[in-house]
Amino acid sequence: MNERPLSPFLIYRFMYTMVLSFVHRLTGLLMSIGALLLTYALVALAGDAASFERARVFFRHWTLQLVMLALTVSFFYHLSNGIRHLCWDMGWGFERAQARRSGWFVIASTVLLTALSMWVAVREGNGT
Amino acid sequence: MRRGEPHGSGHWLAQRITAVALIPLGVWFIFSLSTRADLGRSAWLEFVAIPWHAAAVVLFLLVLLYHSYLGVQVVIEDYVQERWRERTLQALSGLIHASAAVLGALAVAKIALGSGA
Repeated sequence: MNERPLSPFLIYRFMYTMVLSFVHRLTGLLMSIGALLLTYALVALAGDAASFERARVFFRHWTLQLVMLALTVSFFYHLSNGIRHLCWDMGWGFERAQARRSGWFVIASTVLLTALSMWVAVREGNGT
Repeated sequence: MRRGEPHGSGHWLAQRITAVALIPLGVWFIFSLSTRADLGRSAWLEFVAIPWHAAAVVLFLLVLLYHSYLGVQVVIEDYVQERWRERTLQALSGLIHASAAVLGALAVAKIALGSGA
């Protein structure tokens, strides 16, 4: 038997708020890979012109552009939902209705902030 | 890592502290990146070489990796039942996170301390 505590959403009856919890993990794991990508980018930048060029080609590939988009969405979701978690830690918003409302707020703010960052990027004359 | 009482609360607190720190650092980072995605090499080097930019990038990366390590640790604990497999994955995760921290910090140090690129 496993004596360590498991996360609540693995134990209790299904509720749609659990999906938010699961997505929080998923976006977190994705950004763990993002952290490694950032490390690679920094190392490539610190290297010579050739290493920078290799990294540029790598990041310009459409699959990586897709990953970057996913990372952007992940960042804003994890940020919004993370703030929600921090509020819970301070004992705020535990009521069921409040938790549902803040859940929807997280989704809305993810969409809004992602759109905003895309707009900023496009306005500055870039791709993603 | 087994979670004794003191360990558990330390982990919890570290996760929260890094989370709060990542709010301004992350927003700064993503804003900087989305407004400069198409800069060339020399412009990027110039950007990172500015002392407070270099400090912010290193701080962001280190706090991010620490937060990531803590998060991945919980995920492994939750999903991997077999003890030896769990231990191996935890060690692997620690190794990867620590390596990335050292590599990233060294890279930024090289850029920031190098002679003006």
